[in-house]
Amino acid sequence: MKTVYIKDTTLRDGSHAISHQFMPKDISEIALSLEDAGADIISVGHGDGLGGSSLQYGLGAITDLQYVNAAASVLNKAKLQVLLLPGIGTINDLKLAKKHGANVAGISTHITEADIAEQHIKVARDMGMFTIGYLIMCHMESTEKLTEQALLMESYGAEVIYITDSAGAFLPHEVKQRVCALKNNLSIPVGFHAHNNLGLAIANSLVAIKEGATYIDSSLMGFGAGAGNCSTEMLLAVLKKMEIPTNMDLYKTIDAGNQVLLPLLKEKGVSLPRFTSDTLMLGYAGVYSSFLIHVKKAAEQFDVDSRDVLVELGNRKAVGGQEDWIIQVAHEISLNSLS
Amino acid sequence: MIGESRKMKNKVKVAILGPGNIGTDLMFKITKSRYMELEYVVGIQETEGLKLARKREIKTTSNGIKDILGINDIKIVFDATSAKAHSMHADLLGAAGIFTIDLTPAAIGAYCVPSINFDYAILNDDNVNMVTCGGQATIPIVAAINSVADVSYAEIVASLSSKSAGPGTRQNIDEFTQTTKKAIEKIAGADLAKAIIILNPAEPPILMKNTIYTIVKKPDIEIIKESVKKMVAQINEYVPGYRVVMGPILSVDKITTMIEVEGSGDFLPSYSGNLDIMTCAAVQVGEKYASKLLGVKK
Repeated sequence: MKTVYIKDTTLRDGSHAISHQFMPKDISEIALSLEDAGADIISVGHGDGLGGSSLQYGLGAITDLQYVNAAASVLNKAKLQVLLLPGIGTINDLKLAKKHGANVAGISTHITEADIAEQHIKVARDMGMFTIGYLIMCHMESTEKLTEQALLMESYGAEVIYITDSAGAFLPHEVKQRVCALKNNLSIPVGFHAHNNLGLAIANSLVAIKEGATYIDSSLMGFGAGAGNCSTEMLLAVLKKMEIPTNMDLYKTIDAGNQVLLPLLKEKGVSLPRFTSDTLMLGYAGVYSSFLIHVKKAAEQFDVDSRDVLVELGNRKAVGGQEDWIIQVAHEISLNSLS
Repeated sequence: MIGESRKMKNKVKVAILGPGNIGTDLMFKITKSRYMELEYVVGIQETEGLKLARKREIKTTSNGIKDILGINDIKIVFDATSAKAHSMHADLLGAAGIFTIDLTPAAIGAYCVPSINFDYAILNDDNVNMVTCGGQATIPIVAAINSVADVSYAEIVASLSSKSAGPGTRQNIDEFTQTTKKAIEKIAGADLAKAIIILNPAEPPILMKNTIYTIVKKPDIEIIKESVKKMVAQINEYVPGYRVVMGPILSVDKITTMIEVEGSGDFLPSYSGNLDIMTCAAVQVGEKYASKLLGVKK
């Protein structure tokens, strides 16, 4: 069985779960513990990637470069990834991140929009960064569409393509179909990024691995948007029992979660993502996981049921990044319930 | 309107570069103009747009810009090609003394948003840039809020239907966000700005929607609402499908306003409000320049 590479996203997807308030010290400590545990790639930054700090997605406590510097200053072995969503961040942001020590570029678009990333992928490759293409909200489109868009990203120079289940809405058989299609059509490795909104993060990641995915995103204790990601510890334990090799050490990873992440969250009064009626609705209605906290806020501001907001966002086919639609939907529901 | 347009004997002759979606929509709009007469549509290859132009008895060429540079009558050129092409066209048109309205994000000339800095001063330049669709849609709102509340930070999120975002936007999406940001800072008066663009592939296609967040120093919501209302009325004079769908809503010092643009459906489908607002604004500038040349008094 091929080695599965683990890309830990505690410090990037987890940024959503802490409303983008990680501090440089937190980043250095967690990054160091992850490297020590053997993580292949460590992803850092604002949840919405470079340039993500905004009124739309939440202002970050620190700048993009502070994120990168805090991780780069402690890492020797593990690769350091920054995420870039064209339309939010720019090539200039990526160049700066590279200059400060990022050596992996995650370039991400909605599942149907791969062509907006052509320049970004090419520049990342030209700069010598390991370049990963992410297609997000994959549950919204067919396997054929995914294959078409993944081939585009491959043609621009992406070295891995990730199937991203941003809403945690995929069922195992759907993951199987998609990984299988990409394995048959691409000549580069396939990755999978899960969210646990339907409680399927581990199951879906296993299906992906079984079908040939060799890159898996996970985070310590599942710390990430929505009901969280696939937990790195749990994934390692399961893979170990299945005798699927990784470069990570189970005990050290458990320690990273228990002794570094947990005390840090406790100190900040932040709880781990867990199953709630809202996280379930994210997966059920197929809504972008990082909408969760924004939906809660808007539901309070306009005094409406957050589940109604989530279902309506699903109906309107909101895509990742459209956090502003949450406000409008909540506003409209509040007006309708008055009339 | 049509009767009036026929009465005007000496119209100013104009040309369009780039017979794509925007160029063709411009063609439809300019044929209705009171002061402009469309003389030429210029492409670099034979296209559907050129065919449509010939059907309307407009001269066409597929040899590029050089075919029109020697024509003395042409006083205004609308450039609807690409940023890269425009940077070559700008010098040639400048040397030929032709007033150029640039619809690409090249941003060589001064930014122009008709409801904001639309006066004869800008028409003293020989090249004006129409910013971006997101800029045309949001800059007036930021400016309206800034004029009464002093905006320290403005952030805009433009959601477009995937279908309405052409190859130009897709290949240069950074130019869109950067040009929009700079123009908000320069002509809307925000101290600092940020622009985000999102493409949404939903079917049927969504109308262009823009969210405008501003952080203000003087958060008097009633005065702000009034100022935004006046501005929307001004924009409606040249973009009828422009409307506020939410707000302005105040939360501490943050004002949130959402607007939507429905296209007039001249050539492009009505969901392409993002393209329509560009062509409407460009034609408005052309009209103003042409009326100045003709010595028309307001």
